[in-house]
Amino acid sequence: MQLSAFQDGFSAALLGHAEHAPWLSALESQPGFAVYRNTVLKGCIDALQASYPTVCQLVGEEWFRAAAAVYARAQPPADGLLMDYGAEFADFLAGFAPAAELPYLPAVARLDRGWTECHLAADAAAIGRDWLAQQAPDTLPLAQLRPHPAARWSWCKEHPAYALWHSHRAGLALPDSLDWCGDGALLTRPHAKVTWRPLSRAGVAFLDACAQGLTLETAATNALDTDPTADFAGLMGCLLDAGALIPTVSRTG
Amino acid sequence: MALCPLTAGLGLKPQHYDEALHCTATGLWWEVHPENYLAEGGPRLAWLEAIRARHPLALHGVSLSLAADAPPDAAHLARLAALARRVEPVIISEHLAWSTWRGQYLPDLLPFPRTHAALQRIADNIARTQDALQRPIAIENPTHYLHIDGHDWLETEFLTELVQRTGCALLLDVNNVYVSANNLGFDAQTYLDAFPLHAVAEIHLAGHHADPVHGDALLIDSHDASIAPAVWALYEQVIARTGPVPTLIERDDNLPAFSELMAERDKAHNALTAAQPEEAACS
Repeated sequence: MQLSAFQDGFSAALLGHAEHAPWLSALESQPGFAVYRNTVLKGCIDALQASYPTVCQLVGEEWFRAAAAVYARAQPPADGLLMDYGAEFADFLAGFAPAAELPYLPAVARLDRGWTECHLAADAAAIGRDWLAQQAPDTLPLAQLRPHPAARWSWCKEHPAYALWHSHRAGLALPDSLDWCGDGALLTRPHAKVTWRPLSRAGVAFLDACAQGLTLETAATNALDTDPTADFAGLMGCLLDAGALIPTVSRTG
Repeated sequence: MALCPLTAGLGLKPQHYDEALHCTATGLWWEVHPENYLAEGGPRLAWLEAIRARHPLALHGVSLSLAADAPPDAAHLARLAALARRVEPVIISEHLAWSTWRGQYLPDLLPFPRTHAALQRIADNIARTQDALQRPIAIENPTHYLHIDGHDWLETEFLTELVQRTGCALLLDVNNVYVSANNLGFDAQTYLDAFPLHAVAEIHLAGHHADPVHGDALLIDSHDASIAPAVWALYEQVIARTGPVPTLIERDDNLPAFSELMAERDKAHNALTAAQPEEAACS
């Protein structure tokens, strides 16, 4: 038998959708075949559980692992970098009927995914408040800042996804007076560790504009168009303290 | 000053990072799966580099899929080569197994019929990997759970051929030999007698357990227990023939206290030191 034919049949059998063939039945009927099948599925589920701890906390381990098994069979990992596996898990949950009672679950999953991406992203030197102080007033509006490679930001329209996510990650009780309205989040990695803080709609608009390569002036205009009452100086201070921004052209020498 | 030779090492676990970093045991080294560090940046790489600054480090890959009927993924090889340049590992190893197939990664080390065509393909895949890394790698004998028809080669012959054709080294996992011999019904001692020990650059030791349904007839290479006495006995016979070979204790699950792992490591260290020629002893 050709090696490729063996691997086609064996891999399909592991994921439970092989066509019947006598040589494959001879393998599947041995007790040892379940060892491979279990190891493969467990490896996928363990990776998802490690990457989506907040979702797992919200739904419980048993529910989570059952859902993860469905996802893993439909979308096995593409490569051996299991720490990065499950990028589409939030989309999967959004269409997963048993999760319909928890409509905020996909948004919480997106924040878990943001944590993973923030954790694994490239290093870069962020600018701080001192950078702002060094800029000439006439050139500052034309400066182009970019989000740090590790920065992840999002706005959830319908649910307080960040408040839910943060309280579970930090092991806090949910506030008694939680307003059930949308909120935003910023995840950054200023000193090696992933940190997070709430982010306003104006802040989201500002970082979106920076990611598109727009100037500081245009990004600020976008932020204030989104929310005319926004405290822009306060927002800039928050983004700089979080290590969310890098210069477009890194200074040398 | 001569460098102290590697004796016994441990798999590096995040839970034991601080103890691992500061441990000063003679001959100690650490091994990691490169897949857990193929990030673009961030704390994992910084952590690994801090360990590497103090200790010898080996990379033990699990996903190159050298026994797949396809060349190893070029992007993965490039990332692995970049990591190797960054941490300068003492050994890079992989498995005689496949795991990635047609764009899907199946997180296990999967078996295949050892045919003439498979030998040619795997030798080619090892050669490509060694070219990309600019160094020889060590190939590990896998654990077996299945009787597969159509082998043209015994595993020991197959590994000997790979060494001859590619110049690769071998990683002898003694627990894998024990577990496979039990599961497939061959004699571990006979297997080890036929194993090309001259090419062994590293030895692995690990714990196993009996399958919950099938009991001792089906042992699982679970890395979640201490090393079985029978595996220690085989190991001591091997190093009596090879002399000291860097030996790794693999423990991935049901992780005990660091001191307990170090006690197992010290047992291997002492066995290696006893097997060590006088002039190479490190004090």
